Amino acid sequence: MRHELFCFFRTAEPLEYHRSFLKENCRSDGRELGEFRPTTLNISSISTADGSALVKIGNTTVICGIKAELTMPPSDAPNKGYMVPNVDLPPLCSSKFRPGPPGEQAQAASQFIADVIESSDLINMEELCIEKSKLCWVLYCDIMCLDYDGNLLDACIIVLLAALKNAQLSEVTINKETDLAEVDIQKKKPLKINRLPVGSSFAVFDDSIIIVDPTAEEESLSTALLTVVTDEEDRLCAVHKPGGTSLSGEKLQHCINRAITRNKEISKLVGKVIESTKTAK
Amino acid sequence: MTELDQSCSVLREYGSEQSLLSKPDGSSTFVQGDTSILAGVYGPAEVKVSKEIYDRATVEVLIQPKMGLPGVRERTREQCVRETCKAALLLTLHPRSSVTVILQVIHDDGSLLSCCLNAACMALMDAGLPMSHLFCSVTCAISKEGQIIIDPTARQEKVRRTALLTFAIESVECNVLMSSTTGSFSVQELQQCIAISQKASEQIFQFYRDSVKRRYSKIK
Repeated sequence: MRHELFCFFRTAEPLEYHRSFLKENCRSDGRELGEFRPTTLNISSISTADGSALVKIGNTTVICGIKAELTMPPSDAPNKGYMVPNVDLPPLCSSKFRPGPPGEQAQAASQFIADVIESSDLINMEELCIEKSKLCWVLYCDIMCLDYDGNLLDACIIVLLAALKNAQLSEVTINKETDLAEVDIQKKKPLKINRLPVGSSFAVFDDSIIIVDPTAEEESLSTALLTVVTDEEDRLCAVHKPGGTSLSGEKLQHCINRAITRNKEISKLVGKVIESTKTAK
Repeated sequence: MTELDQSCSVLREYGSEQSLLSKPDGSSTFVQGDTSILAGVYGPAEVKVSKEIYDRATVEVLIQPKMGLPGVRERTREQCVRETCKAALLLTLHPRSSVTVILQVIHDDGSLLSCCLNAACMALMDAGLPMSHLFCSVTCAISKEGQIIIDPTARQEKVRRTALLTFAIESVECNVLMSSTTGSFSVQELQQCIAISQKASEQIFQFYRDSVKRRYSKIK
């Protein structure tokens, strides 16, 4: 009986329900204010892709597949290849996404991932070039959310990083006589990843309480959202706070410190998973 | 060499004009150096049933680029402007209504998102919509040597390995409302940029106060 009443309270007054937990310095799912949900990572999930990974942060499930294709380099950067990230939020993952062209959240997420790739200097684009002005690799990174329970941006960054570490590109040589590209599928080599950007998302409640890794319900009740992306040298690659209530300097510093510890946790996780696949082979 | 002439903490020449369009409820232009944005505000107005919220107004922002159709880049800017406006406006005073902010890029010479936010704030003031605080925006560029340039031009923004940080500051306690960054930078550089932006925002808020004073002193 009491459990039923509690469920009614949660639906009828969600903000009061969450506030009652925050008063006791914890959250409705039993986590501490600064605790992330358990993160699991799986790589090489898609056999037809050149690199792939699946990540689960709590219930939020995001999958990434990387396809490498050959193309001509863009005219303003003839010695560089390029990456095309795309974040897709299909109606499957949540009832708030309708079928049709990508909504604003998906487009904003795609742009955010593109900015993080560029800001963090993730891979050397010059390495993707095979022959200047003639041939280069383009990496299509398709990130799809399968289950949306908040904290999409963190999951997208982790899954992209893991998929890129897992990706293998075939060796391409240009035949001097025919001037055609010859792809050798037997010889594959992995990509060189320069940096390990890892994101941490925070939600601000009632202008003062900051919680880490919000669920979808907490996100919708929050007054501001913040995502901090750090790399392994403790440099910031992105401080993304799209509006909402103001944040003081010390709170921002506190979030950055938490983001730096999270970077170390995730780097270890990704390293462990990549190592385990290498030993399995 | 000409780039070093611009001192670290000096904004480019800025100006604004209000009530220039007849159809929108509020309109303004904001000019920062050569960057120029025209903003129009319609609201509180009718809202589509699918978009209405039962206890507050719905805020929509549209950014029209100078050429072509709005793309993914405009969507992220729209999200930043929309969330900043939502925090500033007293939306619960107009439930089941809509406030639409339309921003047209006239010329882009750097600090585009900042100019959009400043133009939006001036247009919201012109429309007379109730706000809990005003906001303004400042862009900082950190060159690869670590030099911080405020309100960069397009050429300064495009230099390789330049980090760009755009902040929206609110008028009551000068705290950061919105932050959008590209490029990588250290935590100290971030704190320095926030401090410089807060200092520069005081100039812009004084400008807001002067323009409102000048406008309403004519009406007797």
